[in-house]
Amino acid sequence: MKLTLKIWRQKNNNSKGEFKTYVHDHVSPDMSFLEMLDVLNEGLVKKGEEPVHFDHDCREGICGMCSLYINGRPHGPLQTTTCQLHMRSFKDGETITIEPWRAAAFPVVKDLVVDRSAFDRIQQAGGYVSVNTGGVPDGNAIPVPKKVADEAMDAAACIGCGACVAACKNASAMLFVSAKVSQYALLPQGQPERKERVEKMVAQMDEEGFGACTNTKACEAECPKSIKITNIARMNREYYSSMFTNYEVTVSGGGD
Amino acid sequence: MRSIFGFLYKYFQTRPTYMNWFSQLITSTIGKKLIMALTGLFLISFLIIHCTINAMIFLNDGGVTFSHWGHFMGTNPVIRTLEIGLVAGFLIHIFQGLLLIKKNRDSRPVRYQVEAPSPKSTWYSRSMGLLGTLLLLFLIMHTAHFWIPNRSNQFATGEELNLYQMMLNIFADPLIVILYVLGCISLAWHLLHGFWSAFQTLGLNHQRYNSIIHFVGTAFAIVVPLIFALMPIAIYLNWVH
Ligand code: HEM
Ligand code: FES
Repeated sequence: MKLTLKIWRQKNNNSKGEFKTYVHDHVSPDMSFLEMLDVLNEGLVKKGEEPVHFDHDCREGICGMCSLYINGRPHGPLQTTTCQLHMRSFKDGETITIEPWRAAAFPVVKDLVVDRSAFDRIQQAGGYVSVNTGGVPDGNAIPVPKKVADEAMDAAACIGCGACVAACKNASAMLFVSAKVSQYALLPQGQPERKERVEKMVAQMDEEGFGACTNTKACEAECPKSIKITNIARMNREYYSSMFTNYEVTVSGGGD
Repeated sequence: MRSIFGFLYKYFQTRPTYMNWFSQLITSTIGKKLIMALTGLFLISFLIIHCTINAMIFLNDGGVTFSHWGHFMGTNPVIRTLEIGLVAGFLIHIFQGLLLIKKNRDSRPVRYQVEAPSPKSTWYSRSMGLLGTLLLLFLIMHTAHFWIPNRSNQFATGEELNLYQMMLNIFADPLIVILYVLGCISLAWHLLHGFWSAFQTLGLNHQRYNSIIHFVGTAFAIVVPLIFALMPIAIYLNWVH
């Protein structure tokens, strides 16, 4: 396959970036999208040029590290991670535009790499449970209805890739935060911090500068782990109930 | 005296917690949307009454029934008090809407070069700001036609204007009829997303009730703007006179 790639190049966070066009004629339809970029980079290195920087780690769709806004959609045309996207999803001779995630809360580090540590700070603000020290508790000691466990597990499938933020016209992080809130709110183990958690995580989400939710479902449509916006409704409920009924907590965000 | 200052000093020093949680709630991104959803649903309830009373013109009785109810709405003290709430509801919805448009834009300072959103997300859900702004322009024109002149006249002379006759005059102009129909179309798209969206914002998303919310929302978003749009059309075409 022969492709024309329009790739966002940006030296660092302070510099102004621009699109550069590359013609790539060593593409096999069986390559993953990242392998295609590896081959491009090999060529660039051989020519003594700076390779295109992009994030990746597991390359098996479980870590959430790979990003890339491909032809107007996060992770490209399929609802997968970019590492699980293959070149057979594109046509020979196609022009592919590759951009970094765009959000005030995700500053560009270099080229296609963005800093997603805003997500880490939201997690640190409340995305945890307290556990007693001592012996390991028996498995299944606390009964949880199967359906509830499944619902919590579906929320916990979130890999924090940020595609929801990238897809949303408001760069809103609600799908991510609501998945993290839900996975604990649904389970008995998450109850002690239930109300404080949602207050703190939402406060940190706002602090980071993510947008509000217009319920456009753009996030749900792109999420590689099929997280549902029912989680956002649940987070809203959790948030109202906490704000209206919680004992006072001083919300400082706390994650830095 | 000293004790009052002492109290005030302490009051502001310690920042009363009830202010704290409440201001925090309504300034959060979720709280801002809570306000949009509550005012939006309130405006929807207003639309039901507005539409029902105006639809009386279709009785084609020279405006007798319509004017009867118009007079009731324009003079009944309870309704006039509720009207203050309605104006407030509109203003809050509009200001909060404009603030959200700004906030959401600021959340993505650098735009994408190429955007090809998934078909699973509707264009009108992503255009609530645009549709709302069109509605705002329509509202300015619409209140300038009827509500503002009528209330000013009531204020100045105590007399109501003949709204029915004013409708007949105003909708004789085809350009105005077209602008009203466009306003109704914007309303339809705004509600097609807004009705359901308000429930989602309130956290009322439940498998058992989602289909009925969607059905009622879709029906409302089509039927109400359609009836509204038929009013200027009917008058222009002399079906109603
Ligand atoms: C009769 C008139 C109107 C009705 C019945 C109405 C109703 C609604 C409803 C039900 C929502 C959904 C709230 C939610 O998602 O939780 C909404 C959203 C919205 N409305 Fe209105 N609206 C009206 C007029 C306006 C006007 C004049 C503006 C002008 C700025 C406006 C701006 C917006 C915006 C920007 C949103 C989306 C907010 C967001 O989700 O980010 N609306 N409206
Ligand atoms: S590299 Fe780990 S999910 Fe793509």
